[in-house]
Amino acid sequence: MSAPHNHSGHDHHHDAHGHGHDDGAPHGSLKDYAIGFVLSVILTAIPFFLVMNKVFDKSSTTAAVILGFAAVQVVVHMIYFLHMNGKVEGGWSILATLFTLVLLLIVLSGSIWVMYHMNVNMMPGMGNGVHNMNDMQ
Amino acid sequence: MSDTIANGAVSADPSARYYVRDHHPENSTLLGFWIYLMSDCLLFAGLFAAYAVLGRNYAGGPSGAEVFELPTVALNTAFLLLSSITYGFAMIAAQRKSLKGSIIWLAITGAFGLCFLFLELQEFAHLIAEGNGPQRSAFLTSFFALVGTHGLHVTFGSVWLVTLMVQLGKHGLTPENLRRMMCLSMFWHFLDVIWIGVFTFVYLMGVLP
Repeated sequence: MSAPHNHSGHDHHHDAHGHGHDDGAPHGSLKDYAIGFVLSVILTAIPFFLVMNKVFDKSSTTAAVILGFAAVQVVVHMIYFLHMNGKVEGGWSILATLFTLVLLLIVLSGSIWVMYHMNVNMMPGMGNGVHNMNDMQ
Repeated sequence: MSDTIANGAVSADPSARYYVRDHHPENSTLLGFWIYLMSDCLLFAGLFAAYAVLGRNYAGGPSGAEVFELPTVALNTAFLLLSSITYGFAMIAAQRKSLKGSIIWLAITGAFGLCFLFLELQEFAHLIAEGNGPQRSAFLTSFFALVGTHGLHVTFGSVWLVTLMVQLGKHGLTPENLRRMMCLSMFWHFLDVIWIGVFTFVYLMGVLP
């Protein structure tokens, strides 16, 4: 058996990485958290301002803009609070995140798409879709 | 035979044994926890999808514009964002080996978390008292399911926070406790990320005509 050999191999491994032990986990500096916080405050305040002051006439415009701000803020949180980058855990974290994003996209867009058409097709005589349905009630 | 020798050699030096055994598990704990968070993200995706589909089916009941109070939501958002950055300060204190600093910042984080929960429960109680509980309409069902699930996460995060503070007080900034702090850090920041979706998709878009 080569167990003793393996053991010394592990020891060597430990020595080589001994100093980096604390750096196994990603962590941010005060500057990172401060930047993330300021950006988040700005990216939160603008959507609230847009909605509360009814800046845009069309709801769809407002919705698109605030969803954009939300997406940017999620990325800001990922980078500055969760310290996400391509190197964390040898790239496995970002891979898991991207995979989740793909599933998220399928679940959300799929549900909305399918259910919207269900609503339209299940309501004979209300060909204009879900918006009329709300008025009827 | 050689196995016995190897084992003897390992246990002869406890610190070497500790590092050899713990180096990789520590990394995989964080990756594993991240994958748990991603699966949690999918759970929320389901609830968001339900709200996207049902959020405008009022069944003659109140609409989002009638029941949501945006100033309260803004205050709630501020509490959660502040708790996120104070948790960051706790992590920085832990990196600087300041046990007292870590515990104090964790306590402040917990206080903001409780403020958030208090406002949210008040909102829920107010809605239910006015007859706008989850059974009123599909909109309110999906609203309570989504926002309530997020609130439950914050509740359990707060319980975990208190537990961690007790462990820190008892054992100090040991590698185990640092690992636990990292996990809760990811959990707490993750909840803030979900809240971005909630306040944008549920509250802000809910009051749009």
